[in-house]
Amino acid sequence: MANTKTINGEESFSAGGAHAVIGFKISDAIMMLVIVILCATCVLPFVHVAAKSISGNTAVMSQSVYFWPKDVTFDAFTRVFADESMTKSMFFSVWITLLFTLLGMIVCTCAAYPLSKKRLKGRPVITFLLMVPMYFSAGIIPAYILYHQLHILDTFWVLILPLIYSPYNMLIMKNFFQSTIPDSLEESAFLDGATNFQILGKIVLPLSKPILATLSLFYAVGRWNSYADNMYFTRSADLKMIQYKLYQLVASATEAQNASLADTGGVAQTTPEVLQAACIMFVTVPIIVIYPFLQKYFVQGTMIGAVKG
Amino acid sequence: MSNQKKSKGGIKTTTSWKNALKRDWQLYLLLIIPLALVIIFSYGAYPGLRMAFMDYKPAKGYAGSKWVGLDTFHKVFKDADFTRALRNSIVFNIADLLVGFPMPIILALILNELRFQRFKKVSQTILYLPHFLSWAIIGSVALTMFKPSSGLVNVAMMNAGLIEQGIPFLNEKWHWAITYLLIGVWQGMGWGTILYLAAITGISGELYEAAMIDGANRWQRMVHITLPGIRSTIVTLLIMNLGRVMGSNLERLTALGNTQVKEFQYQLAVYIFNKGIGNNKFSQATAVGLFQSVIGVLLVLMSDRIAKKLGEDGLL
Repeated sequence: MANTKTINGEESFSAGGAHAVIGFKISDAIMMLVIVILCATCVLPFVHVAAKSISGNTAVMSQSVYFWPKDVTFDAFTRVFADESMTKSMFFSVWITLLFTLLGMIVCTCAAYPLSKKRLKGRPVITFLLMVPMYFSAGIIPAYILYHQLHILDTFWVLILPLIYSPYNMLIMKNFFQSTIPDSLEESAFLDGATNFQILGKIVLPLSKPILATLSLFYAVGRWNSYADNMYFTRSADLKMIQYKLYQLVASATEAQNASLADTGGVAQTTPEVLQAACIMFVTVPIIVIYPFLQKYFVQGTMIGAVKG
Repeated sequence: MSNQKKSKGGIKTTTSWKNALKRDWQLYLLLIIPLALVIIFSYGAYPGLRMAFMDYKPAKGYAGSKWVGLDTFHKVFKDADFTRALRNSIVFNIADLLVGFPMPIILALILNELRFQRFKKVSQTILYLPHFLSWAIIGSVALTMFKPSSGLVNVAMMNAGLIEQGIPFLNEKWHWAITYLLIGVWQGMGWGTILYLAAITGISGELYEAAMIDGANRWQRMVHITLPGIRSTIVTLLIMNLGRVMGSNLERLTALGNTQVKEFQYQLAVYIFNKGIGNNKFSQATAVGLFQSVIGVLLVLMSDRIAKKLGEDGLL
């Protein structure tokens, strides 16, 4: 984002490449149409699910609900909220995400700050050691056996510890430290007798708030949305994060429907569609609510990440 | 952002370890935490790779299991399930790359040409959305849209009289293959534009000015200025993606899959999950995982070499 600002003059001109054409041409209309259609594919499915989730059962079964609810009722949501396993999963997800983000940021700073110092002896070796896992992983099964030996299999720690160190996030933070915090600032603090810890806590971190916000969101959204490790390494019902819960719910409903389609002609269904739609909304809404805020920081972080250190 | 290329410190001074530790012990102390995590959780898992060369029995542990050399690999390569998973992984990943890679470039070019800044901003925000949703959400919404009997797309087309019967978008393997690919493209297209759009803002406005004086039209400016301007971004991203041709995403596969499309949905991640964690065939699953990782590393190294040959920065 930073470089958009610095060369803003040119930017408005290069966009002006298009603006300079006088009048609104047919090509403009076509391009806008394409974009509108693509945007519709991103929005309408969710509008449809939202409409279904607050419609009456009969209206949904007769397939007359498109993008506007019919016979509005919040019964399905009442049932979702009354279902203890859903709300518990949601709280569990929130708690794991918060803890994961906090620990992740601590670990990330612990790695990125020292490695951003060119003077640090042994820096290349340590960097190498910390980057290898990004390119070569032992795979799921050795990890599974390892976690078993460490007694973290099927505990909430398995959802946190293996992933809190992220080489990708570390690189972004290191790049930010190296490019944004002037060496002279730290040198003068050093001459005044500040220790490394003081410099980090009092100078570097306060100056790095934007990147700290961005990376916290990277961690949080990453944890919130992924559930493969939840599938691999946990069995207990109370260790199911909400995404995994949703996946299982929908998958079992689909398989049941496939089976019932074969023998009864599609009348029976385990989870009514309205309830299923309400579950999807229950899981989707939290991210949509904070999305406008997320998006801005994500774009920034991706730009910094793209410049390799 | 630009000082990444800073020369590696002018004067070469060597500090003794004693001095370095005295000055920077606090920094080394900080590094202990990430190093410990990497050593325990990443390097700690590497010795487990020896399962691929053993007939590993969970009850007996490493000590009690027999070494079998490359037998597991021989067995795996003869396994019909494995060849199917390998074929599916490679075919689908290449297809993903062919369909999914050009899309963000095209989209970035269009977004760049849009007239109204407001419209552009809003559409960008909307197009980025799928990137922030989990595969569980995308999968369940896709099912709601594409069910043969009651999915919105089918219902709408039936009501419009376009089709007689619901199209089994996610319930028949060939339809599934296309739907699976398109959903992948859809999920990644918006977010994929970010780096291209950033590269486009870096192109000098003077080039466009000169081209316009020479009478170049919009299409010509796009092809002769914008595209060459983002060439190195395209090459770098293409190469990074080539390095991922062996990967497979269990979340995407399971969220969109069902028993009716097993034939195509069965890819390496599914194989490892089913054989290893589902059936306790640890040795076979480890061997396949190792095979996947090694090919992955080779692809990354190769891609890096190619990038450097082409005069790009490379990845490593």
